[in-house]
This record gives sequence, C-alpha cells and structure tokens, in this order.
Amino acid sequence: MDVTRRHLLLLLPAAAVAWKYVLAGTPEASPNYKLSEHWWSMLIDIPKCIGCGRCVRACADENDVPDGYYRTWIERYHVADWKVERPEVESPHGGMQGFPPNESTAGKDFFVPKLCNHCADSPCTQVCPVGATFITPDGVVLVDKTYCLGCRYCVQACPYGCRFINPKTNTAEKCTLCYHRISKGLTTACCEVCPTGARQLADLKNPKDPIHEFLRTHAVQVLKPHMATGSKVFYNGMDGSVR
Amino acid sequence: MQIPVEGFMYPNEVELQWGVLIVLYPFITGLVAGAFILASLERVFRVEAVKPTYRLALLTALAFLLVAPLPLQLHLGHPERSFEMYLTPHRSSAMAMFGFIYLWYLMAVLLLEIWLDYRRDIVLKSQASIGMVRLFYRVLTLGSSNISERSLRIDERLGYFITLVGIPSAFLLHGYVGFIFGSVKANPWWSSPLMPIVFIFSAMVSGIAVVMLLYMVSTWLRGREIEIRCLDKIAQYLFYTFIIDFSLEMLDLLQRIYEADESFRTLDFMVHTRLWKSQVIVQILLGTVTPIALIGLTRILKLTGTARKRIYALAGSLTVIGIFAMRWNVVIGGQLFSKSFLGYTTYKMGFATREGLLTAIVLMILPFVILWVLVKLLPPWPDADPLTASDTTPAHGTS
Amino acid sequence: MFEDIEHLIRLAVVMAIAVVAFLVLRAAVVPSSFGQYGHYRGAAIAEIAARPIAFAGHDVCGACHTDIVEQKKLGKHAVVSCEACHGALARHGDDPTAVTPTKLDTSVLCSRCHEANSAKPKSFPQVVTADHSGGIGCDTCHQPHTPKIEEKIATGGKK
Repeated sequence: MDVTRRHLLLLLPAAAVAWKYVLAGTPEASPNYKLSEHWWSMLIDIPKCIGCGRCVRACADENDVPDGYYRTWIERYHVADWKVERPEVESPHGGMQGFPPNESTAGKDFFVPKLCNHCADSPCTQVCPVGATFITPDGVVLVDKTYCLGCRYCVQACPYGCRFINPKTNTAEKCTLCYHRISKGLTTACCEVCPTGARQLADLKNPKDPIHEFLRTHAVQVLKPHMATGSKVFYNGMDGSVR
Repeated sequence: MQIPVEGFMYPNEVELQWGVLIVLYPFITGLVAGAFILASLERVFRVEAVKPTYRLALLTALAFLLVAPLPLQLHLGHPERSFEMYLTPHRSSAMAMFGFIYLWYLMAVLLLEIWLDYRRDIVLKSQASIGMVRLFYRVLTLGSSNISERSLRIDERLGYFITLVGIPSAFLLHGYVGFIFGSVKANPWWSSPLMPIVFIFSAMVSGIAVVMLLYMVSTWLRGREIEIRCLDKIAQYLFYTFIIDFSLEMLDLLQRIYEADESFRTLDFMVHTRLWKSQVIVQILLGTVTPIALIGLTRILKLTGTARKRIYALAGSLTVIGIFAMRWNVVIGGQLFSKSFLGYTTYKMGFATREGLLTAIVLMILPFVILWVLVKLLPPWPDADPLTASDTTPAHGTS
Repeated sequence: MFEDIEHLIRLAVVMAIAVVAFLVLRAAVVPSSFGQYGHYRGAAIAEIAARPIAFAGHDVCGACHTDIVEQKKLGKHAVVSCEACHGALARHGDDPTAVTPTKLDTSVLCSRCHEANSAKPKSFPQVVTADHSGGIGCDTCHQPHTPKIEEKIATGGKK
C-alpha cells in the first residue's frame, strides 16, 4: 500500500489546518476533530517490513520514551523448517538500531513490528483499579498519568507485553497511537517514517479508508486471537509461528 | 542493572513488575484470614479446646491486618494517590475491591469483634488507669461505661453474629487476592479458577500455624504451662486443612502435566530450573510434605506431651516457611517466563531499596511489634484479669 | 431499656458520621470530568492530545523544500518521508533559522535499510556493503533523493 498522490492531496489540507494549531502554540485537539467519528486501528504488512528500526527510533523521539523501554519494537523471527511452534526470536534494543546481519540456516526469517494493539475488549483497562487507563470513544487505549497509581496490574494483564512503567513518572505507559498527532489529522510517528509503508494507520469508521478494501482482499491475523482481546492491529502475511 | 535473560522475552517484560513486597502481601493477609478462622472455631463452632488461643488469635489477626497495606503502599509508584481506590473504584477490577473488602473486614468484623469481646476489660481499665493510657481506654469506650449483665449478653450475641459474618469475610479477604492472580488470562501460571481456593486454604494453614507458634512462644515467655489439649486440637485442624490444601495444589499440577497445553513446556522448564529450590525443595518437600508427615506421626504414634510440643513447633515453623515459599513461587514464578513462551528472566531483588529485602524483613517484624503493644494494652491471656489476679476467662458458649 | 445498647448506638453514630464525611470528601475531591465518557477522567483525552509534535510530516517539508520534494517524487525514495532519514524536524519547520538539521553521514545511514539481511523481503534492494562499496559514503555514487544511478546521470550530475 504505497502513499500515492491521492493520499497526499487528501492529507495536505488536514495537515495544514493541524499545523496552524501547532504553530499557534495552542495544540489542543483541533475543533474539527469529533471523537465519535473515528475508530482507530493499524495495519502492519509483514512482507514489507525491512527491520530498519526507524519506527522504534521515531516513536522514542516523538514521545520521549525512556531508554530501555519500548512503546513499539521489532522482532526478528527465524523459523527452522517445520518448527513452527519453536521459532528463534530476537529483538536487540527493540530493533532501534536495526538488526545485525545473520547467517541464515535452513528456514525462513522475517521481521514483526509490535505495538499496543488498542484492544476493543482490553484486559488492561479491565483491571485498572481506579480508571487511569481507558479506551477513548475513538478507539485508542490511553493512560492518564496524573491519575495512575503505578500499581502495575495493567502491565501484568497485557498479553502482548506492550506496557511498562516509566521510571521518571512512576506511572504506566505505552503506545498512544500518537494520539496527539492523529487527532490533528497527522499520522503516527512510526507510520510517518516507515520507508516501505509496512505500517499504516487506519480509521475503521472512515468508509474511504483503504483498510476496508485491504481487509477484504488479504488474509490478515491478529496476535493471540484466543485471548479474545478485540485487538485492532491487523497483520498481513503473518506466519503461524509469531507469538 | 543488567538483567540476565535466557532465550527471548518481549523487551518490556525483562524487568519484574511485582517483587518481594507483593509476595509479602498475600502472605500477611493469609495469616490474618487463617488466624481469624482459628478464632472462629471457638466462637462459632464451640470448640472448647482452643479457647486459650481465642483472644490471641484475634489480636494476631489485627496486628497483621494493620501492616498489610504497607507493602502495597511501598510498592506503588504513587502511594499518595492510593486513596483514589476509594474515590473512583473501577468495579471491573479485583484490585479496586481491595480497599472496600479491607475496610469492611477491619472495621465491621475484626475491630468490632475485638471491641465487643474486650469491652468489659476496656471499661474497667479506663476507670483504673491514669494519664495517656487512661485517655486511650476512655476513647475506646466511646463514652459508655455500661457493663451490666444484659449489655454484656447483648455484646455476646452480636459478637457471635459478627464472627459468623466474619468467616465468609475472611474467605473474601484472602480469596480475592487469589482472584487478582487467577483472573489474569495473560499469565498461564496464574490463570486458574482454583487460585482463590488454593489461596484460601493455604492462608488457613499459615494462620493456624502462626497462632499455634505464637501461643507456644508467648506461654513459654510468660512462664506458664502450655495446654497440650489445646495444641493437639489446633494441630488436628492444621493437619486436615493442610491435606485439603496439598490435594488442591497437586490436582492443579497433575492437570497441567496431563493437558500439556502451549504454556506447559516453558512452565515445566521453569520449575525444573529457576524454581527448583523454592518450589520443589522448600515449598513441597520441606514446607508441605514434612509438616503433614510430622503431624500425622503424632496422630498414629503415642508420643509424650513434650515430644508432641517439639514436633508441633517444628511442623508449624516449616509450614510458615512453606506457605511463604508458595506465595513467592506464585508471584515471582509468574514473572520469570516470557509471555511469548520463548525465554526467561531473573529477579534481581535489591537490599536496602524501597522494595528490597531489608524492607521486607522490617515489614515482617513489624506485626510482632504491634502485637506486643496490643498484648500490653489488651491482654489476651485467659488467666489475666484487668483488675484482680483471679481467673476471669470470658464466658463464651455457656448458656 | 436503651441504656444496655447505648454503646452500640454510639458506635452506629460514629460510623454514620464517618460515612457522611467520606461522601462529602468524595464529592469535593473527585475530578469533575470523571465519568464524562466512561470510568476515567474525561479531561485526560484533551491533555494527551495537547502534547507538542516532534515530526512535522512529509507535507510540511514541501512547503519550503519544493525542489527536493519534486526530485524525490521521480525516484524510488518517493514514498520515503523526509524525516525517516533527517529525523524529527517539526521545530525546524516552526522556525527554520533557529533549528538547522545536521548533515547526515551516508556511510552509516543507508546501510540501516539497505544492508543485506536474510529477514528482509527478497524483492527489497539490499547489498553487502563490504562487497558493494568497501565502506565509502554511499553518496559518492548515489544521490539520496533519487538513489537509482540512471536517474542521477539523467539529471546531469550530483546535486
């Protein structure tokens, strides 16, 4: 799914409006943005991911992610022949500096970007004792860091390992789907810098969003479907060995 | 602090979230629930033999209950916000229910029962003492000095009712801790419907063992005679409860081994390597099988009172260690393996840090300090009287 | 008659006072936007959305750097956003003279994407740098904005 001129024409005016708010120093959610009109998700195209780690770096820059913790990360899989249930996986520094070349033995190798799945039935929001983490009406799971106690129950409850405790604020933290960007018509930092278009932000409530056509014509999966979390990150071309 | 990782872990999983303080919390609330159940044996089930431990069990429960929130507060990233759990509790969260269950148990069950049971002594002490201590007792009387026969009988009936309500409350207090773990579908080591039940029974075992040990130690310190009949009875309850607890844990283990689902290989490896000492050696062999065998021995063989006391002391101590190990294996064990089932991490416990070993040791000593204060203010001994030296064992179940 | 339960009545009064005090405290302290959309502080949504932006987005660069963007559109890097290589530059877009981006070192930058790796898709252009160029800067032969060498020749030399 390449970014074509058509996409640029659609995005340009929205970006211009949003940019005006940023420049004016009043970057509150732009008044054009209505919560009920969006249901955010992401599409990850595994055959396109080259494991460059730009997304991991960009996320850290955009969101001040502390060293050693990751709001998004890349995993490299090596599946030896028929051993689908026993892949070898690595993620050096979350893939932020890319991956060293490896000697490939018989089998297949590929990259899998991971992030918060912004689950519609999220187990993490279910267990929060005070309501500090929640799903917004437009489908993004966020953490209210002025309300979070830092009890770490949500970190335990997430099946995907996407949460951590920020050592500076002592509160829970995770991917926010760059909410401060998408609510202004921009795309997420990770999607912005992905050189191959392997990561694409998608709005399921927008009938013109290319994701609808894509989901109809490709075999996609979500991570850990048996957990029934209502995950909204869809993976195209994902191998069965992916954990 | 570089944490050694074996295999693959999701990057954010390498550091453990819940450490030794979170191991301590279920251990402490377990002692509370267990001690209370022992006290209720006398009050509700009229088991005469354990009467000497009745008040001691209640005070023990209180001392531990007062310390219970401390490991949690020290663990929180923002303890100053913990009151939010009372202001905006999230009803879908088992942890949110903590505040209310704890408060209910503390105020409506334990403190009320202790107050009603001790009220006569409190009123008498408020009249007999001087200074700050007098003020303390006077506040406790709530301004009423009525200790007529009728009022004491009313207290007695109300106390019975509260103990009755207290038994399911004690189960709830500790059962929900089991549910906090058991309801986490993301973690196969924890996720199990058996978890609350296993927690409750192991709580009862630890609570009974601690009260038994405290009774033996305090009686010895006071230079009095230990009532062997009381000890035998307590040991009997410990024995039966332990058998149930052990059966439940073995059932869980056997089912896991048999079904061997996708998590089994990684959990099995973890138990055989990283949890071998704490689970197989300490928890199962030393902490469960040995005490059961020891107490079983006293029931089969005809042993002298002295021999039985020694065996009970050993069995009780091993039990307490074993139940602590069980909490450790659940909490720490559940975080040593990756949710990808492809790797393992290590728990690096600090020493003099906020969540370190030293803190844990202090928190374990603190309840005994509080108990010592409580025992001075509200003597639980059956042969103690607030004013005279004569025996005035409070009359329960006599009518 | 009541004197025998006087202590219980006093206790009930104390408990009632405590409950009322708690309810009053709760009404005063719970944030006003709590519960607006669900069991959370509704104002948090706007607070999180108000975070400053670090990446300007590829459209913004074209406002000033039209020539480079036009050139890029002709080549294989058309779909690669400017900030993918140049880093987060919203502050530069905000005040171009105050914040100047650093020049990139192609000997480390390009290999991140283009160094051969068995896990990369086979159709993706990748080389073993040691064999391909011996480690010299990639811009010795390639123009990063139009990387294919035929195109560079067509535009008449390195820009």
